[in-house]
Amino acid sequence: MYFLRRILFFVPLLLVISMLSFGLLRLAPGGPFDRERAPASAEIERQLRVRYHLDEPVPVQYVRWLGDALRGDLGLSLKYRNHSVADIILQGLPVSLALGLLGFGFAIGVGVPVGFFTAMRRGGWADWGGSFLVLVGICVPGFVVGPLLVMVFALELRWFPAALWGSPMQAVLPMVALGLYFAGRVARLMREGMAQTLRSDFIRTARAKGLGEPAILMRHAFRLAVMPVVSYSGPMLADLLTGSFVVESIFQIPGIGVFIVDSSRSRDYPLVIGLVLLYAVLLLVLNLAVDLAYGLLDPRVEHE
Amino acid sequence: MPAPTNALGESPGASLFPSVARRGAEVGEQGRKGAGEKGISDLLPPRPPFSLSLLLSFLVAWVLWSATGCSRGPDADLTVLNGPDPGSLDPLLVSGIEELRAVLPLFEGLARPDPVTSQAIPALATRWDISADRRRYTFHLRTNAVWSTGGPITSADVLYSWRRVLEPTNACQYATLLDPVRGATDFLTGKTKDFASVAIRAPDAATFEVELEHPCAWFLDLCAFQTLSVVPRAAIERDGDRWVMMHPPFSGPYELESWRLNDRIRLRRNERHWDAANTPSRVVDLLAVSSPATALNLYLDHRIDVILDKPLIPAELLPEMAKRPDYHTFPMLGSYFVRLNVTRPALADPRVRRALALTVDKRRLVQRLASACEPADHIVPTATTNYLRGPGQTLDPEQARRLMTEAGFPGGKGFPKLVYLCDSSGGGGARLHERVTVELQAAWRQELGIEVEIRQVEKQVYLRAQRTLDYDLSRSSWIGDYNDPDTFLNLFTSVNGNNRTGWKDPRYDALLEAASREPDMARRAVLLRDAETMLVRDAVPVIPLWFEAGFTLHDPARVEGVHGNVLDLHPFNAMRRTAAGRR
Repeated sequence: MYFLRRILFFVPLLLVISMLSFGLLRLAPGGPFDRERAPASAEIERQLRVRYHLDEPVPVQYVRWLGDALRGDLGLSLKYRNHSVADIILQGLPVSLALGLLGFGFAIGVGVPVGFFTAMRRGGWADWGGSFLVLVGICVPGFVVGPLLVMVFALELRWFPAALWGSPMQAVLPMVALGLYFAGRVARLMREGMAQTLRSDFIRTARAKGLGEPAILMRHAFRLAVMPVVSYSGPMLADLLTGSFVVESIFQIPGIGVFIVDSSRSRDYPLVIGLVLLYAVLLLVLNLAVDLAYGLLDPRVEHE
Repeated sequence: MPAPTNALGESPGASLFPSVARRGAEVGEQGRKGAGEKGISDLLPPRPPFSLSLLLSFLVAWVLWSATGCSRGPDADLTVLNGPDPGSLDPLLVSGIEELRAVLPLFEGLARPDPVTSQAIPALATRWDISADRRRYTFHLRTNAVWSTGGPITSADVLYSWRRVLEPTNACQYATLLDPVRGATDFLTGKTKDFASVAIRAPDAATFEVELEHPCAWFLDLCAFQTLSVVPRAAIERDGDRWVMMHPPFSGPYELESWRLNDRIRLRRNERHWDAANTPSRVVDLLAVSSPATALNLYLDHRIDVILDKPLIPAELLPEMAKRPDYHTFPMLGSYFVRLNVTRPALADPRVRRALALTVDKRRLVQRLASACEPADHIVPTATTNYLRGPGQTLDPEQARRLMTEAGFPGGKGFPKLVYLCDSSGGGGARLHERVTVELQAAWRQELGIEVEIRQVEKQVYLRAQRTLDYDLSRSSWIGDYNDPDTFLNLFTSVNGNNRTGWKDPRYDALLEAASREPDMARRAVLLRDAETMLVRDAVPVIPLWFEAGFTLHDPARVEGVHGNVLDLHPFNAMRRTAAGRR
């Protein structure tokens, strides 16, 4: 019931999001057909606008777009005029999803153990070293990490290709460049969660009962300590799955991250809205999934 | 216009998704069940799902991977970095140089540009007759011209393709190229709906006739221009806007095998093309790399054989790159100039505009910022044919100061601050515009006491501001479409949509009109020279800074058939990797 209501709430939310982005986009100066070479005559320009219904008032355009969208047609891109918005998303999304999941895997796979062990060795040199590396991971932006990785591992050592997408080797550097920041965030959350949990009463009780340290850590402490990571993983996944402009351009990966920036730059209205909606749906669904995961992980949580 | 078909229909991309989602879900259920069986008690529910989700994410990533990446097939025989993704591969819709270059191998017209000289050479037409008054062209089509799917290409296909360009509802940006054809303008602007009034005929399957309003020096160049290449009628009428992507018949030396945005356009040799025997590379990849640093990395790694545009390598490295033996430059038909908005009160006085031009040291500018280019005192590039050069702009700060005094602004006193508009997008280009502005700022402040500030905006905002005359000074450039002064001088007639300076002069229009009617090439050149003098020396709505140099980055030992030509077109059917270039 709770989830049904949540899902029903998506509908008005998506409507508002689409309406807002539709309206805001038209406010931005410049249009999709402003090119270096202007249309040869005023008449040709008028025909062009008629062809893509840009001559109509914005509310009428919105209703037309909504009608098409409800039938599953997101329209044609105005920049890539042989491609529909759906084509572009279907071509790019799997790539961004694959890269995003790899990045997610990297973030969790590196972040959770690092956080776990730095928490265990609190105050020791391992903690200091680990935390320093985590801080570096968080602070150094992707457009620095990416080129550095390319310089060292592609151009110098020649272990991995410098760019492009296709072979598993080509995914390694982008995965690291994408996941490093998130791995740092995850490690910090994990460390905090673990530190806090280890101080709580039920751990003391477990120790008093004479449970072995591994059982305490893995079965009792970890499950509670990982909660912040779980709640963070929803938005993190949404962030990762919709692609990254920086990483995708550095490694020339044909995902949708580049389009999210480029389409609004080139005033490609239908593509922008298609991508905004995609992002919104992903975010909503993943947040819902996180709430579900809460229920599974923590018996105290009940969905009302 | 046919409505866009539902993209979620039958396309192979669509089927990929549900299957992935399903597979992911199955794994999830199994995983959970397995964990549930192992569960110890209610107090100790399943093992932390993070390891599961980790496994799952790698697994799904792998599935997506195999669906997206590895289906690409073998490496190409030639990999070219042509520029950003074209907006379209439909000859009707293209206008940028990278678009024209990408369309060139796919669709062919009556003529095509020679890879070395870029002059029109026979393509679909094997030869043509020109009447004595040079107004009637009769093209004889080759008998062995066929589409990539088989089936002959006839003069009816040519007729359809030309008509498609002129059809007003198609809103072709380049439609006015056909202005020299008798009746074309009236049909294009909707004055008549009767296509028979346009003097284009296909009397039989192998003959195509065109009648011109006046003799046109560059008409054969037009016949080799990509907008007028031959396209397949049935496929266009069947598939609508997305026809190019639906494996239509192609008329050029290559077929479009696949096109993934932000990745590559893959071309495969059209084995049925009449010249297939002289098309050495079987599979050609056009990469769409947007980051200059990435482009250079790929080139240095031998993943790219040829880079065709300067903004595609990092601007900071240009001076260093220019010393390399694989760095090639050549003159091309391009001008980099400043537009002056003459509708601004401060710039309405031609003496002020002249003063601004007289204080720009173009030689110094080029030496510092664009070393391969040629300083420009004219708008028509030196390499243009049919061109007679007259007096242009000079460097004379002394006279400039006198002119400013005459105009009422001695020492720049009382002169308002000007804003210089330029765009911020596009690789190394934005940096260059910025540095040009700084040089101009310094010169005008020092010599005339005029303050100029820079307004750097997004490309679309810049283009709109320029079109609506919402600027004082604006950086500009223009690449010639055909090899004739007309392609540059025509811009500044009062009716041209690309004028964008607010400057109009009936005498200038009359000179160009007279030139277009003049059958004698020598007399025509004089008329055009007078027009240019009026533009650059007297009225000065523009300050030319330099003529562009074309550029390629390629190692001749590794790849042959890459030539520099004035139109900056590089037909891929002439290029091949050498034995040394093969990996």
